[in-house]
Amino acid sequence: MKSLIAVLTGALFGAGLVISGMTDTAKVIGFLDVTGAWDPTLMFVMMGALAITAICTPWIIKWQRPLLAEVFSLPLRTEIDARLVGGSALFGLGWGLWGYCPGPALTALTYGATSTVVFCVAMLAGMGLSDLLDRRRDG
Amino acid sequence: MEFPTLPLIGGALIGTSAMLLLAGLGRVAGITGICWAAVSGPDRGWRFLFLAGLLAGGVVATELLSVPVPQIPEGPLPVAVIAGLLVGFGTRRGGGCTSGHGVCGIGRQSRRSIVATGVFMAFGVISVFVFHQVLGVMS
Repeated sequence: MKSLIAVLTGALFGAGLVISGMTDTAKVIGFLDVTGAWDPTLMFVMMGALAITAICTPWIIKWQRPLLAEVFSLPLRTEIDARLVGGSALFGLGWGLWGYCPGPALTALTYGATSTVVFCVAMLAGMGLSDLLDRRRDG
Repeated sequence: MEFPTLPLIGGALIGTSAMLLLAGLGRVAGITGICWAAVSGPDRGWRFLFLAGLLAGGVVATELLSVPVPQIPEGPLPVAVIAGLLVGFGTRRGGGCTSGHGVCGIGRQSRRSIVATGVFMAFGVISVFVFHQVLGVMS
């Protein structure tokens, strides 16, 4: 049952990304092109998603526990630090540069382009680099 | 601009996916976290299945609804490498991407996520202006 939920939620997510236009880098770059030919369409993807999550999340996390797990695994950190801001800034630069954020990049692998494979491998390497840096710092 | 039906429906599917994952497994539907932990562990199983579903859902939606396959970015491959590294490193440092911070975190009214989303959106806009408008890196 847990496996079924994992596959089903993944599939809904992937379908949502494709239907909404998030896997279309021209649309993404058009959305971020505020100073040029701004295309606000993708703003409605976030509105559609937030309309659901903003209403349901506060209700669900009040439950004693999730339906199929012992506890809710939610992020605990609350501090606004340089790591959060700096990391998000670098992510934004990369997002605007090529047009993929992580979900659409992975979903777009099925379009079969070599450049998307290259992007995803580099993305995983970037994630690994961040962990490596943390391990170095922690000794 | 025509009425953004598909972005709204796609966004709602993404939000529904996130809520089913939260209600069922108590997990946040953040692609960065799911993707990296599917590679590095721990608890790879459900994450791997989610990602398999993500790709499959994208294919099914494309085929079933005849969503046109978007144009693949045509920039030079080194640009894809740099963008991928920035996205991977940045999301990992910032603790999330468009899904984890933008959809789930804001839905939970997390201050960190609201700040992160504002920052990566702003830097996405700066990125498009600098890389596409001024430097023209993709041509």
